[in-house]
Amino acid sequence: MFWESVIIAFEGLKANKLRSILTMLGIIIGVAAVVAIVSLGNGVKNQIEDSIAGLGSNLLIVTPGSVSPTGVRVVAGSITSLTYKDSQAVAREIEGISYVAPSASGSFQIVYGNQNWTTTVEGVTPEYMFVRNYSLSEGVFISNQDNITRAKVAVIGQTIAENLFGDVDPVGKTIRIKNSPFRVVGVLSEKGQSGGGQDQDDIIFVPLFTAQERMLGITHIRRINIQVTDANKMTQVQNDIGTLLRSRHKIKSDMPDDFTVRNLSAVMETAANTTSALTLLLGVIASISLLVGGIGIMNIMLVSVTERTREIGTRKALGATYNNILLQFLIESIVIGITGGVMGVIVGIFGSYGISYFAGWNTVVSIPSVVIAMSFSVAIGLIFGIYPARKAALLQPTEALRYE
Amino acid sequence: MIKLENIKKIYSVGDSEVIALGGINLSIKAEEFVAVMGPSGSGKSTLMNILGCLDRPTSGKYYLDGLEIAGMEDKPLAAVRNKKIGFVFQSFNLIPRMTSLNNVALPLVYAQVSKKERLERAKEALDMVGLTDRMDHMPNELSGGQKQRVAIARALVNDPSILMADEPTGNLDSKSSNEIMEIFCSLNDKGRTIILVTHEPDIAEFAKRTLTFKDGLIISDAQKNRGN
Repeated sequence: MFWESVIIAFEGLKANKLRSILTMLGIIIGVAAVVAIVSLGNGVKNQIEDSIAGLGSNLLIVTPGSVSPTGVRVVAGSITSLTYKDSQAVAREIEGISYVAPSASGSFQIVYGNQNWTTTVEGVTPEYMFVRNYSLSEGVFISNQDNITRAKVAVIGQTIAENLFGDVDPVGKTIRIKNSPFRVVGVLSEKGQSGGGQDQDDIIFVPLFTAQERMLGITHIRRINIQVTDANKMTQVQNDIGTLLRSRHKIKSDMPDDFTVRNLSAVMETAANTTSALTLLLGVIASISLLVGGIGIMNIMLVSVTERTREIGTRKALGATYNNILLQFLIESIVIGITGGVMGVIVGIFGSYGISYFAGWNTVVSIPSVVIAMSFSVAIGLIFGIYPARKAALLQPTEALRYE
Repeated sequence: MIKLENIKKIYSVGDSEVIALGGINLSIKAEEFVAVMGPSGSGKSTLMNILGCLDRPTSGKYYLDGLEIAGMEDKPLAAVRNKKIGFVFQSFNLIPRMTSLNNVALPLVYAQVSKKERLERAKEALDMVGLTDRMDHMPNELSGGQKQRVAIARALVNDPSILMADEPTGNLDSKSSNEIMEIFCSLNDKGRTIILVTHEPDIAEFAKRTLTFKDGLIISDAQKNRGN
């Protein structure tokens, strides 16, 4: 009885192809939208979470220049207020810090043999590797000795190794940065893209003092990267650093800071949370079209009941009970719901792969979202089928048979 | 096998009441062939609906094979329609999009007979009305007479004791009408009780007993030997 009702329902759908597809369209669009949006949201969230992990944990970054009350940063980068001594003072005087890594960077052309490549050259101290979670695939990192002697040594990222050296082992080779020869002492392990879509392997590290004196010709630094020991003390340390730097820079109490201390992972977590909230919101909006689809099913089922009034009367005369008729029409609407749901999931999955292929966004099709969207469409078929099915089942046989 | 005691059926139309049946007393024995005649609005179709358990009387008692029908719940009533009564309608009422065979097998679906047995019995029933070769045809591929024969096969498939036909020849030409009536006669000869509603006197001629209705009451009840 049950399977026959399913088969009869499918035959009914096949007999009215256009009508069935139009009815299902609401469900198809709704389910596809939910699946695609949730996949997209998950993709973005995963990307942000990856970048948080790649950023290094408990990271505070001090940059020169301040954020004005309107949120505009005042001449960042050109301000010379931050010095190596500031970073030493932070390391010495602030409690709860594991590493302090000052850095200064510039963009230069790198030459090896007949190959050249323009990239960011960052002057760093040994602590930088720990603060920013870098690891080496071979060789060694910049040492304190390199810094003190202003050694011309470099540690290169994977992108550089591939583009300049190809198959050749870079360690021990000499590259030219701004026409000075630098010996490659190490190669970083691959780190992939950052949250902002930057290639984190497209970078060269040199000793900080070498960068300051031989390449950039500056005495200030561009950034202090600080790793805090305990995640709970981030705000405390952030405030302590602020107080210390204000007193070191002799800033009057009514003047704004000439530096900014940022908690990057907090910013990224906020971004991740925002993405989740946005995904939820868009998902809810998309599920409204599921509701509209449900109303479409109800509408067409009511039409179908009216059209088949005589058939219902005949079936009752032949011995169909209330339950038989109810089941028949419920199964029909559930079949519409499920068929629409399956097609919607397929469209949604292809859609999200399409988005990640053409727009380059990360999408992760999550099984729960597929399952939820599917059960939603079954539920919608059921809920919006109940009223028409009851209407059919409650028809009086004599009246149904008399219906023209 | 059928016994009606003071059956009344009253419809309320707005404030006024329409008396469709004004207290009918009737008994029909097994193997009878009854024609119910009368002008439209005389109550013959209402009687048919009550006899066929499609409708309930406003008052009175209806015994079918000793069972009191009037006070039955919907579900057992559906079972009575399914097992004891076979219906033939004026407009055939075959279900579109279903082959003749599946149409004939439909009552057995509601009787919860297994699929294999259903199809076998449906084939036998189609054979009885001589339509085995139209088994896989859709209703819209059949002529009027063929449709009605499929409908008769459907009415017979669950082996009911009573066959009820409401103007079965109303939509047919005279040749098909005669064919249908001959099927009814031969079924009656084999012992099936038949109740037939018609307003055509020459169709009523086939029956052994004729009830004539007027204004919700039986005004004549004539027995005769068929063919005389």
